[in-house]
Amino acid sequence: MAEAASDPRDVMRTADGTPLKVSIARALRRNRLMALGLIAPLFLFILFSFLIPIVDMSLRSIDNSVVPDNLPRTVEALADWDGENLPPESAFAALAEDLRDGRESREIGKVATRLNYEISGMRGTVMGTSRRVDRIIESGAFKEGLIDANEDWGKPETWLLLKRLSSPYTFGYYLNSLDLRFDPQGAVEAQPEFRRIYVDLFIRTLWMSLLITGLTILLGYPIAHLMATMPLRYSNLLMILVLLPFWTSLLVRTTAWIVMLQSEGVVNSVLVWIGILSDDGRLELIHNKVGTIVAMTHILLPFMVLPLYSVMKTIPPSYMRAARSLGANQFTAFVRIYMPQTVAGIGAGSILVFILAIGYYITPALVGGTSGTLISNQIAYHMQSSLNWGLAAALGVILLGLVIGLYFTYNRLVGVDKMKLG
Amino acid sequence: MKKTLRYTTIGLAGIAGLAFAASAQAVELNVVSWGGAYTASQLKAYHQPYMAANPDVQLNSLDYSGGLAEVRAQAEAGNVTWDLVDVVVADAIRGCDEGLFMELDHNAMLEAAPDGTPPMEDFLEGTVSDCFVPQIIYSFAFAYRTDAFKGEQPKTMADVFDLEKFPGKRTLQRSPVNNLEWALIADGVPVNEVYDVLDTPEGIERAFAKLDTIKSEVIWWTEGAVPAQLLADGEVVFGNGYNGRLFSAIEEEKQPLAMIWDGQVLDIDGWAVPADGKNIDEVLKFMRFATDTQRLADQAKYISYGPARKSSLPLVSTHAELGIDMEPHMPTKYAELGFLTNFQWWADNRDELNERFEAWLQQ
Repeated sequence: MAEAASDPRDVMRTADGTPLKVSIARALRRNRLMALGLIAPLFLFILFSFLIPIVDMSLRSIDNSVVPDNLPRTVEALADWDGENLPPESAFAALAEDLRDGRESREIGKVATRLNYEISGMRGTVMGTSRRVDRIIESGAFKEGLIDANEDWGKPETWLLLKRLSSPYTFGYYLNSLDLRFDPQGAVEAQPEFRRIYVDLFIRTLWMSLLITGLTILLGYPIAHLMATMPLRYSNLLMILVLLPFWTSLLVRTTAWIVMLQSEGVVNSVLVWIGILSDDGRLELIHNKVGTIVAMTHILLPFMVLPLYSVMKTIPPSYMRAARSLGANQFTAFVRIYMPQTVAGIGAGSILVFILAIGYYITPALVGGTSGTLISNQIAYHMQSSLNWGLAAALGVILLGLVIGLYFTYNRLVGVDKMKLG
Repeated sequence: MKKTLRYTTIGLAGIAGLAFAASAQAVELNVVSWGGAYTASQLKAYHQPYMAANPDVQLNSLDYSGGLAEVRAQAEAGNVTWDLVDVVVADAIRGCDEGLFMELDHNAMLEAAPDGTPPMEDFLEGTVSDCFVPQIIYSFAFAYRTDAFKGEQPKTMADVFDLEKFPGKRTLQRSPVNNLEWALIADGVPVNEVYDVLDTPEGIERAFAKLDTIKSEVIWWTEGAVPAQLLADGEVVFGNGYNGRLFSAIEEEKQPLAMIWDGQVLDIDGWAVPADGKNIDEVLKFMRFATDTQRLADQAKYISYGPARKSSLPLVSTHAELGIDMEPHMPTKYAELGFLTNFQWWADNRDELNERFEAWLQQ
């Protein structure tokens, strides 16, 4: 020590002679690596099970590689076509050869499915023609043969569609999600009225999720307040009552609501029994939006109560007493002293409930009828039944965009740093 | 400490290796089906006899809820773990188009009828397709509550659409498939002309217009268990559903329901083999066994779906547990009252009509 102090150029060293700075840096680096090692499993898990699949799924919303990959000759032949009348004989020949190859590789069905999203009936046209294409190629009369196999090949719209889908990317799925479409010339136009569904569903999903969030605040706030202020043994009992439904299977809770709300169900029967309703005038409480709102509010209530409770628990009762002793009445003290301190809990609960509500689909499918199903039910339909994953992805990306947009608005208005998740 | 860890790891790896070697001797096949009473009937008629005869084969029965999402996801990931899937014919055609299922050589891969008729002729006409082996014929038919109407009881599809004579709620599947056909039949179109009429824009308008007349009284279902439940609870007076589920509501649960076979839509359910599966040879052996004449007839002992082979029909006997004669409950007995759904037409038009149907629902 005395030596180091006597020579200012000499650096501090540890017992084994390495400079202290180096030694500290080494120790810090080791700590950082260990910390990294500890979070690595979670990071990799999120990367592989969440981020990569989401990016992959999102890319499907613009992916159109199935057409250029499987009809390469046709795409090339149509590149110079001006879009007037019918394309030249060479395009027909290219298509015939592409169809033959596609049939051999069994990839042609994917093209057929893709084209059918745009014009109904194209699946049959492509599949039927591909079965007869060998004979057409043998005969050498491509144009005649194809039009003879299916008259769709004699329509300029069919060829305009193929030309429009030549690019490996498309915005068609996004247009479809917004009830728009390309007209044969490639300009954007509205879908005919009888095919417009998605915009209405997006709007309905948003307002119903907001309403459900509001209802959970209204119902959850008093419960959370009661739990936070009651003696422990009573509040524990209440906590169990809040958590019990939370631990029950989603399907069981949804089915329970069907039993409660259906027209021969508990609620209606009790109302008829005490004479409020006549037997013919039973209320329609389920298979419509009332059913969805009631069931989802109940199912999502714990996600509001728990953050509220955890925030309220930390508010010292002495604040309220101080306000009262300074002259505020019970109401003023509650509104001006207590409530502002619970904003963090309301914010956290609202974000949780809203984001869960916007993606719900099992409950609306079971109790929603026609007026109570949400956009997620359409996404599920396109994932599982129609296999139109491009459209499902586009709908999903739009929904994600909406949520992110609302989150930023929320951040500007309330501030995410004020949020407290418990 | 580190050494202990290393030895433990080596030890565990060794045990896992041994276990793997032991299981590798037996073939495990993942057979996927719809679950519930239907899978139970397959287990009794197909799986259990096959495993008894082939102790080295382990058949794992998995449930799914239909659709091709899982099959396509497995194919895209290059890791096909399902060896055999029970699909409806519409999905079989779609999956076949996309190359998700392997094309089959039916005459070579399946058992002939006991009298030597080749499989392609033994299966009911129009039921076999490239990637698909039919198993059962089921139907979408209506049932009604027998306590709902005094006097005349409903008998025809027109009665189902007649709110004046037969008031009350109905439950229909939330899908354009079948509903458009029924609307036309109720509107007076002969059963064998339904798809000709539907193939024109005016025909579709006409079908939707007829559906409009009952729209206010319809509860739309999406899960197959719902219609029988709504009927049993008295929530609806008519309901359309899978005839097997309605059968168990009527005969097993003794609900006050009766069938209307008029206008029933026959549909086919059967096996498809995912392409690039790991045990194609073994699975084809099982499929050959499970689709022979006796096995298909056996299945009808446990569920009221008709076997897809002509040679199986005479072998259909009584229900294994209820002891009732199954023949009056087979949709194939009333085949002339209904029609076979036109899979190709729906494959072409489903995407557009589904959007149109959903938009119509929201109006």
